Formats: sequence, structure tokens, C-alpha cells
Amino acid sequence: MKILVCISKAPDTTTKISFTDNDTKFNEDKVQFIVNPYDEWYALVRGIELKEATGGTVTTITVGGADHDPIIRKALAIGADGAVRVNAANSDAFFVADQIANYAKANGFDLVLTGKETINYNGSQVGAMVAELMNLPYVSIASKLDIDGSNAKIERDVQGGVEVVTGSLPMVISCAKGMAEQRIPNMRGIMAARTKPLEVVEPSESANLTKVVGYELPAEKGAVKMIDPENMGELVSLLHNEAKVI
Amino acid sequence: MSVLVFADAAHGKIVKATHEAICYGKAIADKMGSSVTVLTYGNVDQSALEGLGAFGASKVLVHRGIEHVDDEVMTKLLAETAGSENAKVIVFAFDTSGKSIAPRLSARLKAGLVAGATTIPEIDGAKFTIKKNVFSGKAIAKFEVETEQKIISLLPNSIPVTNDGGSASVEELNTPVDQGRISVQEFKAEGGDGIPLPEAELVVSAGRGLKGPENWGIVEDLANELGAATACSRPVADIGWRPHHEHVGQTGVAIRPNLYIAAGISGAIQHLAGVNGSKTIVVINTDPEAPFFKAADYGIVGDAFEVLPRLTEAVKKFKSAN
Repeated sequence: MKILVCISKAPDTTTKISFTDNDTKFNEDKVQFIVNPYDEWYALVRGIELKEATGGTVTTITVGGADHDPIIRKALAIGADGAVRVNAANSDAFFVADQIANYAKANGFDLVLTGKETINYNGSQVGAMVAELMNLPYVSIASKLDIDGSNAKIERDVQGGVEVVTGSLPMVISCAKGMAEQRIPNMRGIMAARTKPLEVVEPSESANLTKVVGYELPAEKGAVKMIDPENMGELVSLLHNEAKVI
Repeated sequence: MSVLVFADAAHGKIVKATHEAICYGKAIADKMGSSVTVLTYGNVDQSALEGLGAFGASKVLVHRGIEHVDDEVMTKLLAETAGSENAKVIVFAFDTSGKSIAPRLSARLKAGLVAGATTIPEIDGAKFTIKKNVFSGKAIAKFEVETEQKIISLLPNSIPVTNDGGSASVEELNTPVDQGRISVQEFKAEGGDGIPLPEAELVVSAGRGLKGPENWGIVEDLANELGAATACSRPVADIGWRPHHEHVGQTGVAIRPNLYIAAGISGAIQHLAGVNGSKTIVVINTDPEAPFFKAADYGIVGDAFEVLPRLTEAVKKFKSAN
């Protein structure tokens, strides 16, 4: 089975967010970058587990500049066989999806896995777009995936519960908690990652459908109002009269 | 010209997030001098469909032949309907179906998508400027979309629902539709009869400070008294004290209720990422240094085992007096 896993770069979850250039650019200074957690913990690790169980290959694909190489090496250290980087700025979800779809169409994969969203843009878009551009079925926010031959059985989170669905490969799946457990790369994996292939390809002709023109930080929370633990009547009255939530 | 709103009707019900999306569509339609058409499916009651007029829909199109939403089938139907209704804007709720259909439709129509919008667009000719939360709620980005058709999915609980009691005309669609390529074998409901967490306006949540699953009674008592949903922190779901669907945070559910009460949760940054959109946060913790207090509106340094029952009593007293 040939598996393609979409990997994106994200700031570490504890990053303090700030902006530069008149609030039009994310300030990357001193930011620790990681593999987007949904891509790594769930999509990549489940892909590797499936490969270990049934044979085949796991290739990662990333759209971004050379500054993405460290997180791609991390994915290789965890156990991907090879990586592709499309050498272009990842400025729009459609542009990214189009690059991935073009590469995947040209190279033929049985399964394309993504994380359910990135922790920087939280859009949950790329997987569905890749599926549409490749004319493939798509299952979003999957928490369990089993493959038997060319049949996939998937559990996905939907409104009010969990749905069990089936379909035939090839397909695109976005992965959420439950899919797999995080793997910490070992020394052998880290050494092997240095020599695994990281192919850099130039972008295909595409378009950006949206543009980010500026950022702002949420309004500062006022100082916390401390309330006497003996006096819950006061809290209830504040929630009613001041916060107006009950 | 119209604004087309997709209304998910899973299990025959149209939920609040969709009512918000219709109100949102109406606000855009008013700015553009057009009207709202809703597309839905399945066996929702005729009166419930007419009732969508109260949120701003002029016309409701219902495809009774579709029982279960399939993103490919629905994408095709929405693309056709957007054409026949001359819809330049298509609106979704940013819920599970909106997350799987809206981007698919965006790629099909080459229509720019803002996924998880929080503001009504500023409209300048063909240019829409829309804000959405990014970096898991730690910042806001301003998006511009200039494609001819535009798609917006609205983050739940971002705009108030207005209900003017109006009524919409309902038309049945009979377009032939394909069978989807994904088949649903089973649906396992979660959360029982309680209020579904992403829908809840009030949430009572607890963490490891509760010391064991047998102590959740005091959390449930307060939730019942308030009419709130219950939630929990990640460690509590991971050790199996509470079901996974109650886990709020970075890897669990992200919620933005009007009131979030957290007892015995220290407030790790990953937990905050799932609740920082809440309008009012109350934190109860024995440790005055707990980081959660920095994100709280109201803080109580105290033992949840004493504070929660006291709060339940106070709510009871408040309700009987009002």
C-alpha cells in the first residue's frame, strides 16, 4: 500500500503569538516549530502502523520553503520512508491542496492522510480539497481506521456521536485523536532520517483563493475578580448582573 | 441573486449552529440587497422548515430523497443549486458537516473559503473582508476573498440568533442524486440525553482535582441546576474517568459557551486552546498559583468539594427568587 501523509509546520503549542510588519506577519523570532500535532500523532503514526502491518511505503508531503526541512526530518525520524517538499509559500489552503493533489495524481497513492486541522490556521480544509481535486471519497475527523485489502473501515466524529463508515481505497482521510498514539523518534530513527530521501519539487501552476491581510490579538481579559469561596451567592449575582450569562 | 445557506439535518434536526448560519446569511443578504435560500435534505418536518423563515430564510429547498449527508453528493447538489439560485455567497455552520463539505465545494467552484469565520463580512464591491480565529484562538486573522463566488463557514456561537417569527416558502427538490461512495454502517450516539457539548451555552467542567470518577455527582448537580453540559480535561478522559467526547482542549473539542466553569483544572495552555473562546470563565482551584486564574473572569481559591455544592445551592436560591 502506498500512503501519502500531508505534513505541515506549526508553532509549538506553548508559543506566545505576536506579529511583525504592522501586524501582517507572524513573528517567527524564537519560535520553536513542530510537526502539526494532528498530522504527526494521528495521520503519520497511523500511516506507519498500517505500513508495518501490511507492507508498502509512507511518503510525506509538505508545501513550504527550506525552513520546513527540520520538521520533515522529524517525520522521517518517526518512520516515514521518504518525503517530498513542494518549494512554495503555503499561503492559502486551496493552493496547498492543489499542489498535494497534483503530486498525488502523478504518483498514485492508495491512501492520503491529513491531520484534522492545523493548530495555526484551524481551517480543516486541505483534506477535503485534495479529495475533490482528485475526485476521491473523503472521510473527515476520523478517530479509527482499519484497512482490509482495498476496503477501509473508519470511525468518524459527527454531531452527537460517532459514525462507522466503509469505503474502497483510494481515499482521503483527516485524522483526529484516537487514531494512534504519539511516537517518540529513537536514535536509530534520527540517524536514518538524515539519509532518507527528501525530494524538493517546484510548484505547479495554481491560484490562491484567499489572502490574509492582517492579524490582531484578542482583547485583553480584564483582571480576574476573586470571590470568597464562602460566598457563592455573590458569584451567582455577578454572573447574572455583570456577566449576564445566567 | 441570493445567499445560499446549507442546513445540516442529521437525525431530522436542524440545530442552533445552523440557525446562526441562516441569520449570518441574512445579514450578508441585507448588505447585498439579496435574499437567503436554504438547502437542506431528509425528513425534517414541514413546519420546522417553514420556521427557518424566522431566522431570515426566504426560501427553503429540501431534497427528501437524501437521507444521509454524503459530502460528494451534497457538494454536487450545492454547486448546482448555487448555479440555479445565482448564489454568490454560500454559508455553512463550521461544524462536522460544514468542515467536510465547504472545502470540497470551495475546490469545486474555485470559490475562496473562510473556514470558521467570526464576523459579518465587510463588503467592498467584489471584496469581502472577514475575520476568523487562528493559532487555536490565540489570535485573529483578517482574510480577504475576491473570487466571484465566496464560501463562509461560521464558527458556532459567534453571532446572536434573531428570530422575527417569519415563515419561509418550502420547495421540494427532485434532482436525481448519485449514491455516495462512503456508506454509513452504524451511528453510535454519545452524551445520552444531556445537552451536546458543542451546542451548550453553559458548561461545567472538572479535572483531576476531583480525585476520582465517583465524585462527579457534585459536577452533575451543578450542571443540572444550571441547565449546563458537563465537560472535562484531557487527563480525566485519558484515564477513563469520563467519556472522550467530554474532553475539551487542543486535541479534544473546542467550545465557546457563554459560561465555562472549571473546577480542579490547572489550565494548561492546551486546555485553554479549547475554551478560550468562552465569554465568561469561572475557575475554582485550591492552588492560587494555578495558571487558569490568569484566563479567568472570576476566580475562587477553594476546594471544589465544598465550593461546587455551595454554588449549586446558590443557583437554586437564585432560580427560586427569579
